[in-house]
Amino acid sequence: MRLSGRNLKCVRGGREVFSDLDLSATSGEALAVTGPNGAGKTSLLRVLAGLLVPAEGSIALEAGDAELSLAEQAHYLGHRDALKPALSVMENLSFWREFLGGETKDAGHCLAAVALDHAAHLPAAYLSAGQRRRLSIARLLSVRRPVWLLDEPTSALDAAGQAMFIGLMRDHLASGGLIIAATHLPLGIDARDLRMGGAA
Amino acid sequence: MSALAALIRRDIRIALRVGGGALIGVLFFLTVTVLMPFAVGPDLALLSRLGPAILWLGALLASLLTLDRLFTADHEDGSLDLIVMSRTPLELACAAKALAHWLAAGLPLIIATPVLGLLLNLDGTATLAVAATLLAGTPALTFTGMIGAALAVTLHRGGLLLAVLVLPLSIPVLIFGVAASQAAISGPLPFGTPFSILCALSLASLVIGPFAAAASLRHGLD
Repeated sequence: MRLSGRNLKCVRGGREVFSDLDLSATSGEALAVTGPNGAGKTSLLRVLAGLLVPAEGSIALEAGDAELSLAEQAHYLGHRDALKPALSVMENLSFWREFLGGETKDAGHCLAAVALDHAAHLPAAYLSAGQRRRLSIARLLSVRRPVWLLDEPTSALDAAGQAMFIGLMRDHLASGGLIIAATHLPLGIDARDLRMGGAA
Repeated sequence: MSALAALIRRDIRIALRVGGGALIGVLFFLTVTVLMPFAVGPDLALLSRLGPAILWLGALLASLLTLDRLFTADHEDGSLDLIVMSRTPLELACAAKALAHWLAAGLPLIIATPVLGLLLNLDGTATLAVAATLLAGTPALTFTGMIGAALAVTLHRGGLLLAVLVLPLSIPVLIFGVAASQAAISGPLPFGTPFSILCALSLASLVIGPFAAAASLRHGLD
């Protein structure tokens, strides 16, 4: 599987965020998108996720499922955690697992993998920022999607959480997935660097 | 299908929990209807003539009250991004959300109607007629309201805009809803004529609403 973008240009609010951007990533490979604040890292991920329409350029996923679009084969982990405070941890995860569909794993196992199984019945409103992030990560595990688009994935995670997430990313790459992550911190896995915006 | 069932279940569950919209709508409906006899005065004949109109206006405003959160809540916490990206067509997801909203916020209004009919001096037939027209007409309110909710999703303070956008669209529903109720109570028109038009309005909005809402959500995301 190979994800490639050619000559991408993104315009938001009349301002050019980035242009002439080429990128590619193949199965088992991670791409770390770095750059200063406002360089367009989040915009790039949202373009890849199909949530923004690029002003120019094209995105292609080769050797993926021909029936599905890139967005339908991708997980997007954004700044916002997509959790409902009124629902319990388990209800939140079960909903996304059922709604996203496809190849799914047992929700209990996924909660255990992110060390949240003790809080399964707690309303999500009571979770800390780090725990909310862990629950979002459990969503990536519960439904299999080959492409992971991660926006600052390790923000709010403690040291143990970061180590846990590095392990999960390694497993994902080893199983033939690919990762594109916008990050300020080192990802902790072997990743190619895609530098955006301004002088380094 | 299980994806849509999961979405409907989740939205109903949220609406029924503390801070959800289901109870607020019914309470608002109750308040408006209870206040009316005090404002109109103790003229029983006048009350029963105004009854269907009061119940319909109350239901209209109550359903509008919670409608602005239909997509805004999902937009604010990022759920909408994932719904747009998912393998479920956005049109069907919109229809499922509207259906869940109607089940959680619209259906309780209809169940409350017989109780409120008593306060407005409506007899059994009249109450039944109003409840039947609400049952046939409120889906139209929800599904056309959904279009406004989708348009207002990226705007802050979109709630007021929603009212301005949606209320004109609900005028036909209001006209035929009240006309059908009046026809059942006092004639001379047969109940079936305006009631059929009301059903037609609901069916049309059931088809148009999800497509229009999905289109405006796709263009409104940023």
